Amino acid sequence: MPNIEGESMHTSFDIVVIGGGNAALCAAITSAEAGARVLILEAAPKAYRGGNSRHTRNFRCMHDGPLGPLVGSYSEDEYLSDLMKVTDGKTDKALARLAIRTSEECLPWMQERGIRFQPSLSGTLSLARTNAFFLGGGKALVNAYYRAAKTLGVEVRYEAKVTHLEMSDARIEWIDYTQNGQDHRVAPKSVVVASGGFQADTDWLARAWGPAAKNFLIRGTPYNRGVVLADLLDQNVEQVGDPTQCHAVAIDGRAPKFDGGIATRLDCVPFSIVVNKDAQRFYDEGEDVWPKRYAIWGRLVADQPEQVGYAIIDAKALNLFMPSVFPPIKADTLEELARAMGLSPTALRETVDAFNAACGDVAEFQPTELDGVSTSGLNPPKTNWARPIIEPPFYGYALRIGVTFTYLGLKVDKNAQCSVGNQSITNLWAAGETMAGSILGQGYLAGFGMTIGTVFGRIAGREAAAHAN
Amino acid sequence: MQIDIIGEARRQAEICNACRYCEGYCSVFPALQRERAFSDGDITQLANLCHNCRGCYYACQYTAPHEFDLNLPKALAEVRQDSWKLHAWPAGFAVLLDRSGVAITAALVVSITLLFGLAQSLRPLSGDGFYAFMSHGLMVATFAPAFVLPLLALGVSLRSYWKAVGGGKCTLGDVLEACRSAGRMKNLEGGHGDGCNFEDEDRFSQTRRHFHQATLYGFLLCFAATSSGTIFHYGFGFEAPYGPLSLPKLLGVPGGILLCVGTAGLAFLKTKADQNLGAPKVWGGEMAFVLLLFVVSATGLLLYAVTGTGAVSMLLTLHLGAVLTFFVLTPYSKMAHGFYRMAALTKEAANARELRQKMETP
Repeated sequence: MPNIEGESMHTSFDIVVIGGGNAALCAAITSAEAGARVLILEAAPKAYRGGNSRHTRNFRCMHDGPLGPLVGSYSEDEYLSDLMKVTDGKTDKALARLAIRTSEECLPWMQERGIRFQPSLSGTLSLARTNAFFLGGGKALVNAYYRAAKTLGVEVRYEAKVTHLEMSDARIEWIDYTQNGQDHRVAPKSVVVASGGFQADTDWLARAWGPAAKNFLIRGTPYNRGVVLADLLDQNVEQVGDPTQCHAVAIDGRAPKFDGGIATRLDCVPFSIVVNKDAQRFYDEGEDVWPKRYAIWGRLVADQPEQVGYAIIDAKALNLFMPSVFPPIKADTLEELARAMGLSPTALRETVDAFNAACGDVAEFQPTELDGVSTSGLNPPKTNWARPIIEPPFYGYALRIGVTFTYLGLKVDKNAQCSVGNQSITNLWAAGETMAGSILGQGYLAGFGMTIGTVFGRIAGREAAAHAN
Repeated sequence: MQIDIIGEARRQAEICNACRYCEGYCSVFPALQRERAFSDGDITQLANLCHNCRGCYYACQYTAPHEFDLNLPKALAEVRQDSWKLHAWPAGFAVLLDRSGVAITAALVVSITLLFGLAQSLRPLSGDGFYAFMSHGLMVATFAPAFVLPLLALGVSLRSYWKAVGGGKCTLGDVLEACRSAGRMKNLEGGHGDGCNFEDEDRFSQTRRHFHQATLYGFLLCFAATSSGTIFHYGFGFEAPYGPLSLPKLLGVPGGILLCVGTAGLAFLKTKADQNLGAPKVWGGEMAFVLLLFVVSATGLLLYAVTGTGAVSMLLTLHLGAVLTFFVLTPYSKMAHGFYRMAALTKEAANARELRQKMETP
């Protein structure tokens, strides 16, 4: 039997925010500043609080002229056009424009609540104009927001796992959650759901992707299991997005199953050839500069047998990219490298020989820009940075798909409000990754997840407080 | 043991180099990010550059219970402590660094007893003020070697350190840059100017920075007061006691107050901070050192306050005993950190300058 927190609970909290990451905190802070009494139910223990926000590092922000750490200007239209390119047009333009336009006022709002920025991180100069980097990264941001929330009297319960939202007549009546093995029930006036995607539930991923999903690595928190999302979808709350769509990148195959975060990133692809487990190439490694191609390689690798790829480089390429957390596998000959990586030595030798033979003049090689140093007569071609792999020692990295977050989620309107059928749910709002599918149909734009979380977190907090007051 | 400590710090530094989220906090990360592989010397230099501001720990998404188990402030604190032992001279005294709490207590007892005994058996026939209890000649005979010899020992240690971390030529500008950094405690600013983390988990505050500055400047003022007294004595033949508006007093009294406040504050903060983000086994020794400095400054101020009363004799012995302990143990206590820190900051200034020059002349 749930421990029903009786009449006193009804009056104790105006708003319950489900989730403890960026969007949840922005909602909680905004509604607490509007005078509401707010409770945060965070499924993770304190050490892992903050969901995927712990692993984030920047916020993509529109700005007319220099703003905080951002140089130059970044207009609404340019931002939208960048978004349309990566999503291939699969986006809700009205919501996208709302997120983009509001991002500009968010940056000072964040600073006022303790978030500190720094110039673009080394190795990410291309983002200096568009993305504001958090000093210390996402966990520092999360810490600052928890401090700000505490000052406002927001109560936080950790390891509080929401199991069910009881809905009747398009209204959330109460929330059931467990904490320390005890069942609890709370009945606030307003509810904000900001509890992320379902990517940590491998079974759900497998229902969408098939058995291949068992080989997926999850870059972020193991606590985003989509329990609240599933509970709401079961009650016919409006959904948006394709269950196979997600933000995913190629990461080091040795990364932990969960929570490997940024350090497991591999930047070697443009200077390598990437083969599958049959030692065959499958895509143009030199198609574009890495920041622009980073996000497609996850899916490319996921489409290969056993969802694995192997990037092979030689000695001259080793220092051209950011160091990664695991040292590469190293060997004096390609055959030894193949054996160490579990590939057929003959097949790898043939692939590398064919690639080397297709390389031409490398005099124009330029690692930091598209240099046009390409192969000829090879399928698939390598259209930039194509230099023969001949200089020992040789190095190899295994690549796997690392899922950041899934896009299937709750459909919201411009007030971040959820609906059932064609009726708004009077006291339910959603923010962050759990509703990001409303804007991101596919593809991903660096730093846009934090923009969605901050903008819609604040909107949800504002609306939830207005309803409660 | 040395290898394991450095190996653990290297493992962590390699993870940091793949992440780089902390590069804005302090000088350690820009220095770390210049390397792809870390020699023992590189790790030792990073360790002595680290001011233990803890910003990187609280911002880290990879601290325990995460399997990467990062705790860079602790890893570097252990390397730092170990490096002072490795470079201590004479090597036999290195063990004192691990047991500096015991060493301070023992040295304090011995110093006070010694000074008391000497003062009793060689009681001057005449003399004013302090010199009525202990002759000037005796003080100089005790304190001159106690001051000079430890500095010589530190000089030998720093030479050894400089060699181990691959220090090359440095310019006066590099030294001045290091002085500016230490003078402002730039590395306790947190990069954003809000200060460091210490006494209240991830809350940034200037408290530790300010108490440390009070300690540093208080100490320098006291040192200047003593130096001015020495110059008065030998240069001009003015002997102590000095009046309230004399240079030694004008420097010494504010210096003593700053040192008292600073050390009391640092000791208090130390009781609040998480011991596991430093080198836990030397926590006691570090605390003993801070308290020793407090005793030095508090007894110095009290001594001035009780001028002309019967308490002078006892307080003078206590004060001079504490000062003697402080001097003698300088190379083998937490005091050594200031010297190694200056060396590390100078090397960092030189490395950053060389990199700038390299980029300007392709």
